[in-house]
Amino acid sequence: MTAAAPELPGPPPPLPGLDPGWSRLVSVPDPDGGKRTWHVLDNGVRDADVTLLCVHGNPTWSYLWRRLLAAAPPGWRVVAPDQLGMGFSERPAGPRTLPQRVADLGALTAALGVTGPVVTVGHDWGGAISLGWALAHRPHLAGVVLANTAVAQPAGDRGPALIRLAHARAVRAGVTVGTPVFVRGATALSWPPLPREVRRAFAAPYRTAARRRAVGDFVADIPFAPGHRSRPALEAIAAGVRGLDVPALLLWGPRDPVFGERYLVDLLDRLPEAAVHRYEGASHLLPEDAPQYADAVVRWVGDLGTPRPTAPVPRGGPARRPWTALVERAGDDAPAVVEVGGGTVSWAALADRVGALAAGLAAAGVRPGQRIALLVEPSADLTATVYAAWRAGAVVVVADKGLGLAGMRRALRGAHVDWVVGGAPGLTAARLLGLPGRRIAAGRLGAGARRALGAAQDLTGLEALGRAAPAPPEPPADAECAVVFTSGATGPAKGVVYTHRAVAAQLELVRTTYGLGPGDRLVAAFAPFAILGPGLGIGSAVPDVDVTAPGTLTAPLLADAVAAVGGTVVFASPAALRRVLATAGELSAAQRAALGRVRLLMSAGAPVPAPLLRALRAVLPAADLRTPYGMTEALPVTDVSLDEVEAAGAGEGVCVGRPLPGVEVAVSPLTGSGAAAGPLTDRPGGTGEVCVRAAHVKERYDALWATERAASRDPGWHRTGDVGHLDGAGRLWIEGRLQHVVTTAAGPLTPVGAEQRVEALAAVAAAACVGVGPPGGQAVVVVVVPAAGAPRGERLRLAPTALADAVRAAARVDVAAVLVAGRLPVDVRHQSKVDRAEVARRAARLLAGSRTSGRARRR
Amino acid sequence: MRVLVTGASGMLGRATARALLERGDEVTVLQRRPAGLPCAEVLGDVADPAAVGRAVAGRDAVVHLAAKVDVTGRWAEYARPNVEGTRVVVEACRAAGVGRLVHVSSPSVAHAGAALVGAGAGPADPDRARGHYARSKALAERAALAADSAGLAVLAVRPHLVWGPGDRQLVERIVTRARAGRLPRIGSGAALVDTTWVDNAADALVAAVDACGPVHGEALVVSNGEPRPIAEILTRLCGAAGVRGPRGRVPFRAAWLAGAAVEVVWAVTGRRDTPPLTRFLAEQLATAHWFDQRRTREALGWAPRVPLDAGFARLAAWYAASA
Repeated sequence: MTAAAPELPGPPPPLPGLDPGWSRLVSVPDPDGGKRTWHVLDNGVRDADVTLLCVHGNPTWSYLWRRLLAAAPPGWRVVAPDQLGMGFSERPAGPRTLPQRVADLGALTAALGVTGPVVTVGHDWGGAISLGWALAHRPHLAGVVLANTAVAQPAGDRGPALIRLAHARAVRAGVTVGTPVFVRGATALSWPPLPREVRRAFAAPYRTAARRRAVGDFVADIPFAPGHRSRPALEAIAAGVRGLDVPALLLWGPRDPVFGERYLVDLLDRLPEAAVHRYEGASHLLPEDAPQYADAVVRWVGDLGTPRPTAPVPRGGPARRPWTALVERAGDDAPAVVEVGGGTVSWAALADRVGALAAGLAAAGVRPGQRIALLVEPSADLTATVYAAWRAGAVVVVADKGLGLAGMRRALRGAHVDWVVGGAPGLTAARLLGLPGRRIAAGRLGAGARRALGAAQDLTGLEALGRAAPAPPEPPADAECAVVFTSGATGPAKGVVYTHRAVAAQLELVRTTYGLGPGDRLVAAFAPFAILGPGLGIGSAVPDVDVTAPGTLTAPLLADAVAAVGGTVVFASPAALRRVLATAGELSAAQRAALGRVRLLMSAGAPVPAPLLRALRAVLPAADLRTPYGMTEALPVTDVSLDEVEAAGAGEGVCVGRPLPGVEVAVSPLTGSGAAAGPLTDRPGGTGEVCVRAAHVKERYDALWATERAASRDPGWHRTGDVGHLDGAGRLWIEGRLQHVVTTAAGPLTPVGAEQRVEALAAVAAAACVGVGPPGGQAVVVVVVPAAGAPRGERLRLAPTALADAVRAAARVDVAAVLVAGRLPVDVRHQSKVDRAEVARRAARLLAGSRTSGRARRR
Repeated sequence: MRVLVTGASGMLGRATARALLERGDEVTVLQRRPAGLPCAEVLGDVADPAAVGRAVAGRDAVVHLAAKVDVTGRWAEYARPNVEGTRVVVEACRAAGVGRLVHVSSPSVAHAGAALVGAGAGPADPDRARGHYARSKALAERAALAADSAGLAVLAVRPHLVWGPGDRQLVERIVTRARAGRLPRIGSGAALVDTTWVDNAADALVAAVDACGPVHGEALVVSNGEPRPIAEILTRLCGAAGVRGPRGRVPFRAAWLAGAAVEVVWAVTGRRDTPPLTRFLAEQLATAHWFDQRRTREALGWAPRVPLDAGFARLAAWYAASA
């Protein structure tokens, strides 16, 4: 492996992922006279439709871009040089400064005959150099792509700590040149850890101190000090970027210890129109940590040439705003929000408070479009703050505690919030999470505590301030108003961006679908709906429970909330309803009577089994039991009653009813390998990814350009990630999640149908159908929770033969293994969606058998 | 077609010869002892060039099954029939101008002991194959595929864990142990394992005779494509034979170490009987080995006719009839 180091300049040795055909040596006239030999990866396409000019940073080399070369469609040229002194290029005698490197790159592209259109792609300090080239070649430039880079130190910042450390002369000599610590360290930062052969490939051109000299020089050339010789060049680039009027794509690894979040904020400040994609979990070496970046770049560059058709998106009612009902009932003394065990706020008081608070927020400096994180428990305070923020044109950011501290940290830091509103726990959490933004205290907090938590104002103070301030201008209907994070049940939580228009359309749809009128009162035990009462124009009560922990709701608590507000409508998750059912025996006669007055029960968040709804009839005898289907990105999409579910009978999947008025549903059919690649169709019977078009569908995902692009493959439509089919009667049946489709050699298999057939067995309480093995050749595994004699816990084991036989017969697909467990793992948020991915991981581990020891393997 | 089947006294060889006969092929068989099949027969050692030359002469295709299959014995006992025998068959095919050679191999030639989960047919690797049998078969398969050329199309077919009525390798050993109360579960018993009902394997070999030519120079694993947990397979095999299934449980590490000890004892003492456990067996019983059948089915234009459950039922009927 450590054969004699190859001659430099010269082509690299064979390395994983690198096509030797891409390597070429180019002799380029040096601006100082003489010639320099560059090593360049170049797919050599002539008369290219577009050229990607990829510039690596320090201490990597063009190997970083191999996936982009591999992913380039026909007709695209990809040029990735090793900078002089780096990689397998020539080692010039002296250090190269930033302006020299920009000029070097220009000389190289001239020698290579690179003309327009060009998209530059830069990583690390290659970002600044690529932008230097971009500014100098503006007529050829079609776009810029940047990954974990910087062009300026944000105000008050002294530069990345790790690089600053390497800057100290003695450290630099030892770390960057004298030893391979820096070279090795760069790839050691990667997350998930890189395979050893890839780490070796990155170190290949830097085996000796002489070959690492430029690595040290490069670090020394980073202009931290004001008098640094490369400083003017960097400042010119940083200023020039503000004037760049080409599209920009920013790809970011948030775990980067070198270029942290503030560098992304700085770049966005300079390139406000840039598309952004944050790869959760990725670190500094983004092209390695998020290999899928290559597809995103190809997609994005491809879109540059062909503008996407603007979508014929249905628009909601023109006049209404989320706060319109508040204005309409401003003179009404009926209760609007009731805190069970707390106070009551009338419509008049709430409207008055929202108006004052909106003006106060504006007076305190909240600007339209700024983001406000709400770390406030469901309460009258929260409700008032949400509507006031909307009225002031701000964007509320909602991430519930169900995500866990790490999930909230990822979500809220990634959302770049400008303000944080919270009580003592919320503001403490904000500090723990390291959230940016100014703080506003909610609730009763002493001046000392407020100061300690960094809050200059509190809601009461802002309200008072607002009474003497002018009402802020109404934000436009298409302005963004909310970023709501998905549950994270199916991957890292995604920020979903809503506009005022979409929220208003959603409220309107819910109001008309369920015939909500002034006489109705809502009890919502489901986080996002707890604040929607005022928007719907109906009074609401918040049960005295932690809504993020649905397992804590009991029948008496629900009954008390219903009684407190005279509730007629209940909204709850299936998990919460299960607890209600389990504790129904604790109800007093008065509580039973209160529940008897509920006319409508809505349950959402996960599929609701018909038996659960049937059992709930005893607790809520007068209620129409309805299950809206939808997701954070579009809720509701369809709606179904228990009677309709029973009329539909058994089928492949869960019947979720017909699309609501104004909502279109279609599917994108699955291919044999389980990809939802087909054109949208509403033809009955075909299984595919469920797609939705409606006025209340999300605007976009936040800072997830590639995810958004994939989700809106068909402009105007949202791909839900659920798989299902429409039947001849126009009903939608959900068959599972796209990522849970089992891809067997016989074709794709959706899990829900088989699960339902197995769950129909008396011996089975619950079932999960998953695949193990390589995609396209998977074996089907069914994990069941036996109705009786279940083992304890989530550990999987083999099912007894008789049970296995029964399950196989019921499933009607070839089942390789039947396993049992005491319970199935579920998602954190709803505690009712079975985490099939986790089930599959565990099943795969068990069914692979014992791990043979290293000794056994060597024989 | 005129086809030579070597090793027709074994369960799979016999079934293959029968299947070829049934469809009207002109079949010759070669093995040391009479196979009792209604066809031409050459008796002889597969490593004997003269006998093989006689058998191969005038054939259109050869299905080469003859091999020593066992878990004990010295290397030389495997090398001669398995490695040398294959070389002799290949040479005889070349000399006689036979166009097609279907070399029957084993998935163990590419199995280094780690779990195989929906695996393809990896390259035969004699250096890492486990035990004399697998190593000799790996060398044999390499030699056979190396002979693939314009004049001689070679296809290696690797049936995985073939079982059926009268099987002395797999079924009988398991049933005998279970009857003696010496069949424990090793590890969790959950390792997914592919097996092949004998008639399906025979069909695949017949299909390989036809496909050999357009398809050549590659190895294809053949199985029922219905992986099951190993404990379930053992239980059902025992059930078919009317004996109680696995009793007790041995942790994998303990079984592996016991297997290692047994191998040493057998090697040192030169015992010839079948040992209770070897490392290879411990691994086979405790790690997953199932295969992606898509390439095989596409290449051979074949699919198993007898599902696993039907196989268990037929085995039970056979045991009932022979009791």
